[in-house]
Amino acid sequence: MPATDPKNKTLDWLDERTGWRMVRDLADHKVVPIHAGTAWYYFGGITLFLLGIQVITGVLLLLYYRPSVAEAFDSVRFIMTRVEFGWLIRSIHSWSANLLILAAFVHMFSVVFTHAYRRPRELTWLTGIALLGLMLGFGFSGYLLPWNQISYFATKVGTDMAASVPVAGPAMARFLRGGEEVGAATLTRFFAFHVMILPLITFGLVGLHLLLVQFHGMSTPSGVSPSQLAHMKFFPNFFLREMVIWYGVLAVLGTLAAIFPWELGLKADPFASAPAGIRPEWYFLAEFYTLKLIPSHVWFFEGELLGLLGFGLLAAGWVALPFWATGRNGEHRARLVTAAGVFLICYLATFTILGYLK
Amino acid sequence: MENRPDSGQDRRTVVSWLLGGGVAASLASFFYPVVRFVNPPAVSEASINEVDAGKAQDLKPNSGKIVKFGNKPALLVRISDTEWKAFSAVCTHLNCTVQYRESRHDIWCACHNGTYDLNGRVQSGPPPRPLEELVVQVRGDEVVISRRT
Amino acid sequence: MRASAILFLLYWSLSVASAQDSCMTCHSAMEEGTKGPATLIKNDVHIAHGLSCADCHGGDRTSDDPTIAMSKAKGFKGKPARTAIPKFCASCHGNPDFMRKFAPRERVDQYELYETSVHGKRLAAGDTNVATCIDCHSVHDIRPVKDGMSPVHPLHVAETCSRCHSDKVKMAPYKIPTNQFEEYRTSVHWEAMTKRGDLSAPSCASCHGNHGAKPPQVESVAAVCGTCHVTFEALYDKSVHKAVFSGAGGGGGCIVCHSNHGIHQPSTAMLVGPNAVCSGCHEAGSAPAQTAAQMAAWIDGLDRALKQSETVLARAEEYGMEVSEAQVRLIDGRENLVKSRLALHAMDPGEMRKPIDAGMAIAKETLAAGQAALREKDFRRWGLAVSVLLIGIAILAIRFLIRRIEARP
Repeated sequence: MPATDPKNKTLDWLDERTGWRMVRDLADHKVVPIHAGTAWYYFGGITLFLLGIQVITGVLLLLYYRPSVAEAFDSVRFIMTRVEFGWLIRSIHSWSANLLILAAFVHMFSVVFTHAYRRPRELTWLTGIALLGLMLGFGFSGYLLPWNQISYFATKVGTDMAASVPVAGPAMARFLRGGEEVGAATLTRFFAFHVMILPLITFGLVGLHLLLVQFHGMSTPSGVSPSQLAHMKFFPNFFLREMVIWYGVLAVLGTLAAIFPWELGLKADPFASAPAGIRPEWYFLAEFYTLKLIPSHVWFFEGELLGLLGFGLLAAGWVALPFWATGRNGEHRARLVTAAGVFLICYLATFTILGYLK
Repeated sequence: MENRPDSGQDRRTVVSWLLGGGVAASLASFFYPVVRFVNPPAVSEASINEVDAGKAQDLKPNSGKIVKFGNKPALLVRISDTEWKAFSAVCTHLNCTVQYRESRHDIWCACHNGTYDLNGRVQSGPPPRPLEELVVQVRGDEVVISRRT
Repeated sequence: MRASAILFLLYWSLSVASAQDSCMTCHSAMEEGTKGPATLIKNDVHIAHGLSCADCHGGDRTSDDPTIAMSKAKGFKGKPARTAIPKFCASCHGNPDFMRKFAPRERVDQYELYETSVHGKRLAAGDTNVATCIDCHSVHDIRPVKDGMSPVHPLHVAETCSRCHSDKVKMAPYKIPTNQFEEYRTSVHWEAMTKRGDLSAPSCASCHGNHGAKPPQVESVAAVCGTCHVTFEALYDKSVHKAVFSGAGGGGGCIVCHSNHGIHQPSTAMLVGPNAVCSGCHEAGSAPAQTAAQMAAWIDGLDRALKQSETVLARAEEYGMEVSEAQVRLIDGRENLVKSRLALHAMDPGEMRKPIDAGMAIAKETLAAGQAALREKDFRRWGLAVSVLLIGIAILAIRFLIRRIEARP
C-alpha cells in the first residue's frame, strides 16, 4: 500500500503525536510461555475482566441509585422493577462481585503454587495482595448499599468485629461507621468508599500491578528457564483464547442473573432484632466462624482478641511470603510455601463450609 | 481438486462472515440492554416519599380523605383553612384503614372502634401504637404529602 | 410462765427494732395460722401505701401489748363476717375523701354497683356462698388490677370467675350452667387474649360487668357486643333480625348466631351447609335461605380469587421476580373480604356488593400482575438462551480464527 493513502497518513499523523507504534511494538513482543501450568495464566485476566464488568455495571447503577437511608432501598427496588433491564444490571453486579473475589483468590493461589512470587516479582505480589484487600473492601462497602436487613446487620457485625481490635479498634470502627452506630452516616461513607476512594486506589494499584507484569514478563515454573520453553504470542494468540474464556464468563454471569436474580430483601429496620442466623458474605465467613468458635476467654486473654491477633499475624505472614520463601542462602523453600498454601486453602474452605452449615 | 482453492476461499469467506456476524450479534446483545437501561423509565421516581394529594380547594375544612402513598393508604385531614395534617391510614391494631370523623374531630377505625386524636395518638380502643405522622406542604394550590425524614 | 416470759422478751426486743407495726412484728413471729396473713401482706398494695393491718382490722399498731393492740376499745374488729365484708372494704373504698389521698382517680362506687349485682342481692339476703370482694381480689395480698399476678388482671378474670361458676356443686342450688369457662376457652376472645396478648379482648367482666355483675338483658346484648364491634351493631340494627331477636323469646341478638361464651371464628359454613345457623329458622329453599346462599357464594368466590392471585404471585416470587407491590395490593383485597363479611350483617345483599366488587377487581388486577411477572420470567429465559447461543457462536468464531492463524507454519 502506498504510503500516501489516507489510512497510512492518518496512522503516521497519530504516531508522530502519540507514539502509538512504540506501544504496538512492545505489545507485539509480549509472549506467553507454554507449559503444564499455562492455563493458570488466564486467571489474572479473568479477575481484570470481572473488575471491568463491575465498573461498567456500577456506573450504570449509579444513574439510579440514591445513597440515603430514606431512599436507598426504594431506589434499588426501582432499579429491579421499573428500569428496563435493571434486574439484569443489578444482578450481574452482585453476582460478578462474588465471582471477582473468587477469581482473585484463585489467581493468588495459582501464583503461590506456581511460585510466581519469587524474585524479582515481590512487588507484584505485594500490589496483588493489596488489591485483594481492596476487593474485599469493595465487597464489604457495597454490601451495605441496598440498605436491607441482611446488609444492615452484616455491617453491624462486621464493624463490631473491627472495634474489638486492640488499641486502634474503636477509632477504626468510628471511622468506618461515621459515628457510634451504623446509620445514615455509614451509608454515605460506604458509598464514598465504594464509588470513589476504593476505585481510585484500585486503578492506581492495578496500573502498577499490570506495569510490573509487563516489565517482568510471565513467570515460568521453578528450575525451568524461559529459553527452554516454547512460547506463543500474546497478541493475537493468547488474547483470542482469553476472549473465549471471557465470553464464557459472560455466559455464566448472564445465566446466574437470569435464573437466580439477586433478591431485594426487607428494608433495614435498626429497631428490629437481627435476623436469625445472620452472617457475613461467604468471603468473610471463615474468619467469622473461627471467631465464633474461639471460647470467650483463653487463659486470661479475651478470646475474640486472640482470634483477631491470630488473623493479623497470619495476614502479615502471608503478605511477607516472598521474603520468607527465600532462605538465608538464597534457596527457594518451595515445599514450605506449597504446604502453607495447601493449609490456607483447607482452612478457608473448611471454615467457610462450616460457617454455612451452622 | 485443482479448482478447489477458489470455492474453498469462498466457503471460508462465507463462514468468516457468519462467524463475524455472530460476534457482532453477541456484542449487540450486550449493548441492547445497556442502551435500554440508561433510558429513563416512564415513572421517573420511586415515588414513595412524596405524593401529590390533589388540590387544596377540593378538601373543605374539617374533612379528610384517603390518598395513596406508595402502596399504602394515607389520611389527609384539613382541620381548618390553614391547618393540615396527614397520617398513615393503616390502623396499628389490625391494619384496617382509618377515617376522619367530622362529628368528633378525631380519627376512627371502623373495624374495632379504635380512635386517634389529631396528633395521631391513641385515644381509646385497641390500637397499641400511634399513627405515623406525615408532613403536609401546601404549595399554592397543590397539596403534597411526604414522609418525615 | 416461761413461755410468756420468752414471748415478752421477744416482743420487747423486736419492738426496739420496729416499734411502728406491732401487728406485723408479732404475727410474723408466730406459728402457721395467724402467720399466714403477715407473710401474704408483703405483696399487698395497701401496705405499699403505708397502711397496715390495723387500718382495716382496727386496733393499735403502736402498742406491743396484745391486750392493748387488739382491744375493742382501740376499735379492733377482728375477722369480719362474710356478709359484712363488702361494707368493710367500702368503708374506705367508697369514701372519696379517703381514696383521694392515695388514688384520686380511682372509682368509689364499687359497693353501690355490688349492691345491684346478683352476688350483692343474694349476700344481702344472707347467702354466704356468693362472691364477695375477697373472693375475687384475694385478701391480705391484694394486688393492683394491672399487676400480672392479680386474680383480676384482665388475663386472669375468666379463671377467677370460673372458680365458682365452673363448680357444679357450688352452682347446683342456683341452677345455672357451669360450662361457660369451658366454652369461653374455645372462643376467639380467649385466643386473642392468651395467644396474641390483646388485653382489650373481652372476658367475663367486659360483658357482665365486674362489681355490678349481672347478665345483660336480651335487648342489650347487641349493644354490649357493639361496644367493640361497632359497625356490626350498626348494620344489625338496620337489619330485619333486630326486631326478631330482641324481645322476650327472641334469643338475644348476636348470640343467636354467634353464641355467648363459645364464640368461634365465623365462616361461610354458618350460612350454608349442614351446620348453617340460618337453617335453624329459615326453611331450605325459602327466599332468606337463598339470600344466605348467595352471600356465602360471593364470599367464598372472593376468597378463592384472592387465593389464586396469592398462589400465582408466590410462584413468580419463587422465580425471583419482584412482585412486592402486587402483594401489598392484595392486602387491600383481603381487607375488602373482611368488609364484605362485615356487610352481610345487614342481611341485605346490596350492602355486600361494593366490597365484593372492589375485592374481585383487586384479585383480577393482582392476578394479571402475577401472570405478567411469569411472562417476564419467560422472556428473560428466552433472552438468556439467545445470548448464550450468540456467545456460543462467537466462541466458535474465535476458535476458528485461532486455528486459522496458527495453521500457517
